[in-house]
Amino acid sequence: MINRRKFLVKSATALAITFVVPSIISNKAHAKKPLAEKVSDKQSWGIHIDTSKCIDGCTACVDACNEENGLTGFGRPETDSQWIRKVTVKSNTTDKITTMPLMCQHCENPPCCDVCPTGASFKRIDGIVMVNQHTCIGCRYCMMACPFKARSFVHETLTQQNTNAPRGKGCVESCNLCVNRIDHGSETTACEDACNNLGHSAITFGDLNDKNSKISLAMNSNNPRRLRNDLNLDQKVFYSNI
Amino acid sequence: MNYTLEKLKTCRYLYWGTFLFLGFLVLLGLASSAYMEHEGHYVTGMNNQIVWGLPHIFAVTLIVIASGVLNIASMSSAFDKKLYKPLAPLSALFAIAFLVSGLIILVLDLGRPDRLIVAMTTYNFKSIFAWNIFLYSGFFVILSIYIWTMLDFNVSKFSSVVGKLAFGWRIILTTGTGSIFGFLVAREAYSTAVLAPLFIIMSLLYGTAVFYLLLRIISKMQNITIPSEITVNIRKLIIIFLLANIYFLILYHITNLYISKQIAIEKFILLDGGGYTTMFWLGQVGFGLLIPLFFELTNKDNRDFPLTLTSIMVIVGGFFAVAVIIIGGQAFPLNIFPDHTIIESSFFDNNIHGYTPSIYEFGLGIGGTSLALIIILILITNLKFIPAKK
Repeated sequence: MINRRKFLVKSATALAITFVVPSIISNKAHAKKPLAEKVSDKQSWGIHIDTSKCIDGCTACVDACNEENGLTGFGRPETDSQWIRKVTVKSNTTDKITTMPLMCQHCENPPCCDVCPTGASFKRIDGIVMVNQHTCIGCRYCMMACPFKARSFVHETLTQQNTNAPRGKGCVESCNLCVNRIDHGSETTACEDACNNLGHSAITFGDLNDKNSKISLAMNSNNPRRLRNDLNLDQKVFYSNI
Repeated sequence: MNYTLEKLKTCRYLYWGTFLFLGFLVLLGLASSAYMEHEGHYVTGMNNQIVWGLPHIFAVTLIVIASGVLNIASMSSAFDKKLYKPLAPLSALFAIAFLVSGLIILVLDLGRPDRLIVAMTTYNFKSIFAWNIFLYSGFFVILSIYIWTMLDFNVSKFSSVVGKLAFGWRIILTTGTGSIFGFLVAREAYSTAVLAPLFIIMSLLYGTAVFYLLLRIISKMQNITIPSEITVNIRKLIIIFLLANIYFLILYHITNLYISKQIAIEKFILLDGGGYTTMFWLGQVGFGLLIPLFFELTNKDNRDFPLTLTSIMVIVGGFFAVAVIIIGGQAFPLNIFPDHTIIESSFFDNNIHGYTPSIYEFGLGIGGTSLALIIILILITNLKFIPAKK
């Protein structure tokens, strides 16, 4: 005879065995692609920004990035981390005003990786430039070297960081193209999602190697350019209509 | 010249007074560093715009001096000038002390100084910083052996060879230090190979000035007189190094002025950079180069006082020179959009960046400098470094 209490205990145990245990023993339970799959150079991740669609005053991409990576500031803008920021520029020749997000440009030849003494700044073979938080010694030489001021140094003690974005006091950090999402099989970044959700669609993320990807199609029709092309860094972030 | 080497024989009170004073400053430096590391760098004047600040000015100045104070030993070993032989061990000792103190400041300012072992074991050989770690540790080893060969009669036959090696190494080391800035293509103030020889000539000048000052202090404490030939030669050397420094400084700025895209940064440093322009003209050029040059050109009878004053001014001017290079170069905003003007940014992209150093950075710098002096004090008191006539 099974009573109500035994029934509830057995049911909970069965549910746990079915759903909870696999997710504990395997961290790829929710991934579209298995995490164990090696990063490959078949993909070359990049971002295209159509500045004509970027709205002045909108900070949806910045807010989404902050939330995704747990970038809660301390009310000190000079030392708080900014992985992505909005800038507004005026053409010196036509006076045209353009607003756009600016973040790590994920260079093919990244100066930050060249100067990093320990190799903590590195470029993955799929083009993502990021910082190994375990070997960064906090010398800030990469920040001196970056032509886009894309990096931030963590100036204060952090608590309750997001598990998908390891961060720590005394290390340097920057946009990593939502690498945790990508490695779990996602095909969008937080900034792109936020921009699309508002219907602006100024940010397009995708695989530059795939000629039919949304980024390749967006680039084909928008005559994109890189910032500071004179430095020959071959960035993976492109801008149109500046 | 018949000479022997002696320990420092100053009065006990002077020794312990100096030791306790310097020791107190070293502890203050350690406390400053501990506070900065515990709280995080937000308590300093450095931020995401000015990422290298006062500790780096102290560290680079000390490392440049470390290379330069070896001049006297180099002239003895590499150029076989017998006059300087008695002073060579002292010169190498100063070099090692300033090198260690400069490096300790650099390490204690890291975001993660506890990961020093990572920096010592994981290298990216494309990084000039990683090469500098080798150059600095190599210099330390070579200097230690060099001192050994000079102090131990049994191995003295090797001192000339090791001295020549130390001379070559220090030139490469200062080239490496200058290249830390010279290899930064993103910033207009840097990205030029001229910075490497400029740093070498700066090291020769500041190092000679520091050596003379310390020699004066030690000779007072030991109650000995500096031979007049030494004073005459140091004065001549300082004049030559001042002129060479002026030459390379002009070359650096003329080169930049000739390149259209560099004119904005030159205008900033030379004309309208506010505090940075003042530091350049008054500190680096006036106080550090022109007035000392005037003093020495008029000091025809090689008096000690003007030479002492010159040495102090050269060192203070040198500190300003490194400050203009490090802080001035970062204060000028990056040219991210060459044909545009940034009119709005949450990350201060359109601002000249200000920098007010905190007391903790100053404490770390002074503590580090005191460490160099206390190392010298301890070693010259316990080992025979100071020359005396037989």
